[in-house]
Amino acid sequence: MTSSTLRPASDYPPGGDAFRHRHLIGIAQLTPWEISYVLDAAEEWVDLNRSGAAKHDDRLAGLTIINAFFENSTRTLLSFEIAGKRLGADVVNMHAAQSSVKKGETLIDTAMTLNAMRADAMVIRHGSSGAVQLIADKVDCPVLNAGDGRHEHPTQALLDALTIRRRLGRVEGLTIAICGDVLHSRVARSNILALTLLGNEVRVVAPPTLTPPAIDRMHVTTFTDMDEGIKDADVVMMLRLQNERMDGAYLPSAREYHALYGLTPKRLEKAKPDAIVMHPGPMNRGVEIDSSVADDPVRSTITEQVEMGVAVRMACLDILTRRKRGVVGWN
Amino acid sequence: MELKPLHIVGALLVDGDTPRPGSLLVADGRIAAIDPTDIPDGAETVDARGQWLAPGIIDLGVFATDKPAFHFGGITRAALMPDNGPLDGAGLVERAAKGGKPDLWVHPLAAATKGLAGTELAEIGLMKQAGARAIATGRARITDSGVMRRVLAYAASLGLVTIIHAEDEGLTAGAVATDGEMATRLGLASAPAIAEAIAIARDLALVEETGAPVHFRQVTTARGLDLIRAAKAKGLPVLCGITPAHLLLSDTAIGDFRTFARLSPPLRSEDDRHACLAAIADGTIDILASGHDPRGPEDKRLPFAEALPGMAGAETLLALGLGLVRDGHISPGRLFELLAATPACLLGVDAGKLAVGKEADLILVDEGTPWQVDAKKMAAWAGNTPFDGMPVQGRATMMWKGGLRIR
Repeated sequence: MTSSTLRPASDYPPGGDAFRHRHLIGIAQLTPWEISYVLDAAEEWVDLNRSGAAKHDDRLAGLTIINAFFENSTRTLLSFEIAGKRLGADVVNMHAAQSSVKKGETLIDTAMTLNAMRADAMVIRHGSSGAVQLIADKVDCPVLNAGDGRHEHPTQALLDALTIRRRLGRVEGLTIAICGDVLHSRVARSNILALTLLGNEVRVVAPPTLTPPAIDRMHVTTFTDMDEGIKDADVVMMLRLQNERMDGAYLPSAREYHALYGLTPKRLEKAKPDAIVMHPGPMNRGVEIDSSVADDPVRSTITEQVEMGVAVRMACLDILTRRKRGVVGWN
Repeated sequence: MELKPLHIVGALLVDGDTPRPGSLLVADGRIAAIDPTDIPDGAETVDARGQWLAPGIIDLGVFATDKPAFHFGGITRAALMPDNGPLDGAGLVERAAKGGKPDLWVHPLAAATKGLAGTELAEIGLMKQAGARAIATGRARITDSGVMRRVLAYAASLGLVTIIHAEDEGLTAGAVATDGEMATRLGLASAPAIAEAIAIARDLALVEETGAPVHFRQVTTARGLDLIRAAKAKGLPVLCGITPAHLLLSDTAIGDFRTFARLSPPLRSEDDRHACLAAIADGTIDILASGHDPRGPEDKRLPFAEALPGMAGAETLLALGLGLVRDGHISPGRLFELLAATPACLLGVDAGKLAVGKEADLILVDEGTPWQVDAKKMAAWAGNTPFDGMPVQGRATMMWKGGLRIR
């Protein structure tokens, strides 16, 4: 463990030292106090977003943000777009489906093209692990990873941590069960990194066919029994089960998955009485989660996660463009 | 062309475990005498100035005829894998065999099945007549056990060794790394290391039944090596090989999604790497090869899972092999058995040793010269080496093919 990770999460250094990264590629590169710094910054944006009609803060006015999504997305793209616009930036979305990527242009060529358009930040999602890092190495502006393959989805982990902190008053010393298709999930990997780093006990609850090899090396305990796995948990975090996993290769059927791993009201009783239920969306109602759980205003944080997503992304865009904008202390 | 006799003096001959001072005479393209007393008139004398004189390297299982890289690496003969083409007909084999002339021997390995599709026997006999020295299953194994059994029996009847890639395709489908912490942290699809042992076990059973000689081109796991060790103890006609990558690197090398470290089979755990080192020391591994597979940026400058596997290994093979000697894993003599004598034996070529009568494919090796591997300055047509930046020692300084100086 390095000295920087021993520093208390709440105690971050002044100015640009509070977040020393040019890009946001993954949680793996962050220290606990860097995570706290982003969460604290995001809190302010929550307040702005909730305040009356005028939600604009024009600190990014004149800056261009390109959202380059090489993989389909609705909510994350929209969330980044709103975040950029609320900060006054000019936001352009590039969908891979309509782009030259489909015509055989390589990823690097596409990145160089976007770079030549002199974006001030790029938000990138790609279906292949490591692709966002590959682009970040080639361009001159900050790059935010909006999800790369099964690797990382750092803003999702940050918004989840913020949601937990606001609901339960802290995001340390908690027992958090991450349940479902962990094998194919970048959300799970980023959350495991963030939540263990902040000092929580993290459990992975999944069928053996969807448990990544050697996942215990990421400082989690694994469960294949859902009831056992969520027992006395403070947070039950469900993952989306992709439809193509249910065709027999990984799981026998959606029906069986629901029976063994679906979060039902009865099953949720195993968790702590005030446990919260999270889901990154979009949900398969009736498969990994019952509607009555998902829609429970006391337990479910699902819409709040969406709200925190905008605030966290505003914080990230603000922080990563400070050097470019010449903010004092950030050179 | 009449070649003058060649007299190499002042050398350390690598014809036993430890290099020893001596001289060597070449006449008519062959080694005429070791420590000769009668030197013919007009013989050309080369002073080796204390460098090692060793047999030229015979690189078993390369994927491209990349002469500059082979010459840099002291490789006088390359056995070409059948994948490009694929080499499944006599004409193709004949043309591939000519691909190195005049200053490199290329020994084509014939495709075991038509189109390397793993379903129908290729014209192995005709390809042998055209110059094929062994047959190979290519980058993958033959899935169908019935086809594999027939391939083995048929090749054996022609006196050819079958060179096998050993990975169970059911386990490795879609995988780009070995199961473990690194693959999981990077979010890369991975396969369990036992995919290798499962494939080896099947083929060993077929070897036992058919008596056919085989060579597992790369065995990279502890369990795979245990099976080979047991098979050898039983007396089965089995050889196995490895590349320096699996001896010196583990899956931590794929961190940061380094596509130059994407190999087939993928890099393994540290435990497996140590098992490979033990197996090269105890004689279980018979052949050290480069697996030379140059890949340009269009194949490598991609997200990890989309990049193609393979490394440019020809230039670093000798230096990394000498590293194994310096680290005490093997003796100099054993290194050149791994690099030359055993591959020569497998291919049935009269070379690979410093012995009277053998073809005079020779290299002088300056075993101590330090240099640094630099992916940007390689002789190979692509610089995809997983050893970029590594300081190494030793290189070939002169080469002869059939007594003719080629470098």
